[in-house]
Amino acid sequence: MSKQLNVALIGNPNTGKTSVFNALTGLNQKVGNYPGITVDKKQGVCRLSRGVKAHVLDLPGTYSLNASSLDENVVIELLLNKNDKDYPDVAVIVSDVENLKRNLLLFTQVKDLKIPTILVINMSDVMGRKGISLDIEVLEKQLHTKIALVSTRKNTGIKELKILIENYKSLPTQQCLDASTIDPVYFERLKIAFPNQDLYKLWLVITQDVNFGKITRQEPDVSKFKTKSFSELKRLQQKEAIKRYQFINNVLKEGQNIDRSKARDLRSKFDRVLTHKIWGYVIFFVILLTIFQAIYDWATIPMDLIDTTFAGLAEWIKNTFPNGGKVTDLFAEGIVSGIGGIVIFIPQIAFLFLFISILEESGYMSRVVFLMDRIMRRFGLSGKSLVPLISGTACAIPAVMATRNIENWKERLITILVTPFTTCSARLPVYLIIIALVIPEGYIFGLSYQALTLMLLYLIGFGMAVFSAYVLDRIMKTNRKTFFVVEMPNYKLPLLKNVLITVFEKTKTFVFEAGKIILAISIILWVLASYGPGQQFKNAESIVAKEYVYSSETELEDKVAAYRLEHSYIGIIGKTIEPVIKPLGYDWKIGIGLVASFAAREVFVGTLATIYSVGSANENESIDTIKTKMSNETYADGSKVFTFASGISLLLFYAFAMQCMSTLAIVKRETKSWKWPILQLIGMSTIAYICGLIAFQILK
Amino acid sequence: MSTTIADLKKGEQGIITDSSSKDIPLKLLEMGCLPGNKVKLLQLAPFSDPMYLNINDSYLAIRKETAALIIIEKTNE
Repeated sequence: MSKQLNVALIGNPNTGKTSVFNALTGLNQKVGNYPGITVDKKQGVCRLSRGVKAHVLDLPGTYSLNASSLDENVVIELLLNKNDKDYPDVAVIVSDVENLKRNLLLFTQVKDLKIPTILVINMSDVMGRKGISLDIEVLEKQLHTKIALVSTRKNTGIKELKILIENYKSLPTQQCLDASTIDPVYFERLKIAFPNQDLYKLWLVITQDVNFGKITRQEPDVSKFKTKSFSELKRLQQKEAIKRYQFINNVLKEGQNIDRSKARDLRSKFDRVLTHKIWGYVIFFVILLTIFQAIYDWATIPMDLIDTTFAGLAEWIKNTFPNGGKVTDLFAEGIVSGIGGIVIFIPQIAFLFLFISILEESGYMSRVVFLMDRIMRRFGLSGKSLVPLISGTACAIPAVMATRNIENWKERLITILVTPFTTCSARLPVYLIIIALVIPEGYIFGLSYQALTLMLLYLIGFGMAVFSAYVLDRIMKTNRKTFFVVEMPNYKLPLLKNVLITVFEKTKTFVFEAGKIILAISIILWVLASYGPGQQFKNAESIVAKEYVYSSETELEDKVAAYRLEHSYIGIIGKTIEPVIKPLGYDWKIGIGLVASFAAREVFVGTLATIYSVGSANENESIDTIKTKMSNETYADGSKVFTFASGISLLLFYAFAMQCMSTLAIVKRETKSWKWPILQLIGMSTIAYICGLIAFQILK
Repeated sequence: MSTTIADLKKGEQGIITDSSSKDIPLKLLEMGCLPGNKVKLLQLAPFSDPMYLNINDSYLAIRKETAALIIIEKTNE
């Protein structure tokens, strides 16, 4: 096979770059990771004519080649490194017809790196409506490029773009701006110091290292060449921007005509309501309620279905291979229920990303950021922290992933650290059963005590997130100044194709990234629960048969299972930690539940069910049976294990404790160090322990 | 004291005269926050912060502390 054609899609955010990518590649795309960093790498294959294929890379959106976030930095690193296997043969700059002036800044920068460059002018369908007319011939000539007028909404221009890509060799490679005009003396010295290097590339490398910290790169090494201070360099960068805009304005004076009298302005009409000081918040609140409703209510239908299917599958394995012994058990109880524990989250995650991507595609999300920034900033967060915090109510894993667009590292880190306090869906089953157990039924002002308790737990979680953000903000020192620039894009009707692809990709990432860890932990827990040292574990059956009086076979089996668990490794762990959790009102059995919760919090219910001999097929038992067994559970002296005091203590413990290995793993991935997840684990668990302790000791 | 973007009232316009403070993020300059360009205040969040602006035909929101660094000359319609 001949060498594949490399195409890089580059563009400002909100230009419909991803729509162009989707139009070029369809579903022939995959999302991976850039080595060492956590930026999504989206690539796909595009068929050009005559069986020629292009490898298309969708680079993160950026406003210029001077990066201010990790995502943007990927673009620069690729364009500066000719040895990279993805180094583009041709760069496609996607611009939006309404923001052509600003979009062209990036275009001229890429062009100046002497990479063959095609300019895509997207959203050409709105030109008439906005009173914009373009003289393509003039623009092509002045910008030394070829232009494709595209509308991904109307599906026009893609064919022409493919032809341009295929004939990339005929593209002119003239530069738009002679970089040395920024500071002739300085650039002359650069030229002497690095005679074999491209000047503009050198300039980018120098400013990049200053702005973004040292990045290991093979060549050129400019670390020895330092003659300008930080602020001097910045002044030069400003000068560069001014010069580029001069060039662009001259080009557009000839090539673009905007008749504003023809422009119809939807933006200000929508903004008047959506960013209104009162209505803006009311509407946002209603949208939030809808999302909650979807995640809790609508998602339960497919979730129940998944639950029954996997329980049924486990049962089927047991019945079909009854003689498999440990292997059957491993598959039925370890692997199948482990996978079930991952798959069950898919509906919620899909719903969450469905809403988030609709809100983002439509341009509404920026308005929310605008409305909330001031309030969030008081707690050391940013308006952009809101999305992760809301997402956290479904699952902390996608929420932590959603912090990536916060440019400021400190604000991002704080968001990552406090997000797991928000009540994720895995806490819900635990809350439900304990509330049913210890909170009396009854009503106040027509609201049930139990529902109020649940709401209170959500508020406590959110409150603790905000409070700890406030504390962290005071403790953590930062030498970087915070900055906040949010583009307010035009309102658009979301493209169904884009929304669906996002939902699919994000869900897939969750299943494979977090899924691996959840599955591994499930298997470890299964092993710990299925094996034990000594004779007591091995001879459980005969010991139980001798000691207990039983009325039926099932009862005996249940007792044996419980006895085994008590003497398994995990049972021993539970007993070992009992002295530590005793002051919180928990016995060793709850201790096992706590340990098991590390795989996923909702495992708590199932584990307790097993321990309290509800039966080995506990997944199928109704909540009432488990509840009855739990409420009958007593200590040796006859006092109840689950009282109001221990129940509240347990609720608070679950509200605050960091009990999720998957979240820790994702935090490690996003912060690139074990330091933060470990601090998070210790910090959150300490808070949980102290709150549980105080609650139990006071209420006892 | 010179006039800055932070002094604009809703609906008011101005021309940027100086944006060279080193605390203005480069990204803002690249989005067109440069001397000679027009700026209009479109909307304010509660407590007048952040500010929703149109700078050089780009629509963006910045915090008041940043807006106070960009020196302008108010213009009447």
